[in-house]
Amino acid sequence: MSTSTLASDLVTSFKTTGRIVIVGASLAGLRAAEALRNEGFTGKLTLIGDEKQEPYDRPPLSKQVLKGWVPADHTLLPRSRDIDAEWRLGVAATGLDRKKKTVRLVTGEEVPFDRLLIATGVRSRPWFNKAEAELEGLFTIRTSDDAGRLQTALAAKPRRVLIIGAGFIGSEMASVCRELGLDVTVAERADAPLVGALGGVIGKVAAEMQRDHGVDLRTGVSVEKIEGDAAGHVRRARLSDGTTLDVDVVVASLGSIRNTEWLRDAGLATGFWGVACDAGCRAFDIHGVVTDNIFVAGDIARAPHVLYEYQFLSLEHWDNAVSGAAVAAHNMVSLEPDRKPHLPLPSFWSGQFGVNIKGVGVQSFGDQVVITQGSVKERRFAAAYGKRGRIVGAITFNHGKWLEYYGALIEKSAPFPPPPPGYDEPVDAKPVPAEFPDPRTPTALPTVVLTGYDPTDRAASFAGAQA
Amino acid sequence: MRLVVDLNRCQGYAQCVPLAPDVLRLNGEEALFYDPNPDDAQRLRVLRAAASCPVQAIMVDFKDKGRRTAS
Repeated sequence: MSTSTLASDLVTSFKTTGRIVIVGASLAGLRAAEALRNEGFTGKLTLIGDEKQEPYDRPPLSKQVLKGWVPADHTLLPRSRDIDAEWRLGVAATGLDRKKKTVRLVTGEEVPFDRLLIATGVRSRPWFNKAEAELEGLFTIRTSDDAGRLQTALAAKPRRVLIIGAGFIGSEMASVCRELGLDVTVAERADAPLVGALGGVIGKVAAEMQRDHGVDLRTGVSVEKIEGDAAGHVRRARLSDGTTLDVDVVVASLGSIRNTEWLRDAGLATGFWGVACDAGCRAFDIHGVVTDNIFVAGDIARAPHVLYEYQFLSLEHWDNAVSGAAVAAHNMVSLEPDRKPHLPLPSFWSGQFGVNIKGVGVQSFGDQVVITQGSVKERRFAAAYGKRGRIVGAITFNHGKWLEYYGALIEKSAPFPPPPPGYDEPVDAKPVPAEFPDPRTPTALPTVVLTGYDPTDRAASFAGAQA
Repeated sequence: MRLVVDLNRCQGYAQCVPLAPDVLRLNGEEALFYDPNPDDAQRLRVLRAAASCPVQAIMVDFKDKGRRTAS
């Protein structure tokens, strides 16, 4: 019997009698389970998740749910098929033993696996001051429970809401507050909202949108102290510029932390930006050797990307969870020549202040930006980001139908500034510096990050966490 | 019932909105907001809305697909 027959027999028998454990039962975990069954895996499948709810969608939480239109527990994800899995919900994984091939649970149980998918994602970064974080009325948002509590607080008509951090989620929440008629202050350390993700030129547009809608936007400031009343409820915030604000609700929207703690002793290449894996979703061990049986998908994965100089790319995008799950599942039950690469063209959207912001590529990889279509004044435009004469990213404000055009150019590494699309071109389409901040400047962390080559490498640091 | 809209794929054509206005809405000119778990009474409207999408961005639960009325 030849070696190749042996190996293919092994895969065939693995597909029928193997045991796959997926840790993380959110979007990536669920879609991976469905994809494994679609790929013909009929063995034992176990999904482990620390939240009690079955998999739900998170993007509506900062929008429809906070608005009060959709109840917090009404974002459950539709299923594409039956997955016939053993569900372990509300049970966190606490350890991974690669020699024994078991996942340890918080209950002390050990769950054996032949192949493992790591999809534990991220959690919201807590407010840095532990005592202040305990105050009633101080929130972060990541889970449906978080969103439910915050929605209740917003519905109670607080005097003023303070949102700390003007990334996408912070900006979306500020938009909802204004739609609800609430007074809202947004405090951002950088010079404008969204600068980490989109740079200062587009950040200025985002700042104008906020102010036009009545947001009290304060940039270049940090929140130094949050004070409570005798009952332990948030009442006042002190800013670094010496001003104070009377507030009843504070939302810390400071980016996220990757849930890698349970992998501490596993000897995998884990770090601040997640678990490193190859472009086929296989995890690297701490020495940079690729593992055979451990795969990674979703927000926690960081993988080298051919379009971005093979730097490791870390993506907190909905799309990335769905496509990463499909590729990981395929590769978990395929022989090497049939394995696929996961090389997503990063895509995101954000609805705020009545404007649909969409993006493709990695904007922050660029150092120049050019408005290519439409009108910034009318908040209906497309812009392209370039680096060294090629296009690396694009965004649209209420101009989403054109995004595909730019996506195709990015995939081809087309010249920058890009060829004129021949429609709706602004008169003055000159590239200008994109004004991305020094990555060491603390701000709400962007949701797409080129993370260099070293697992511990990080140019950005969050000063608050060390305070 | 359950649905999810791939908002990367959605291009704001808004064909779905008039077919299921209690479930799918535009916020501004282009941003689609929707109720992911509407009442089962909305099933037929949502199935029509999903079928009308020019880019097929609306996914409904496989159990809802073949069903026409509330059970």
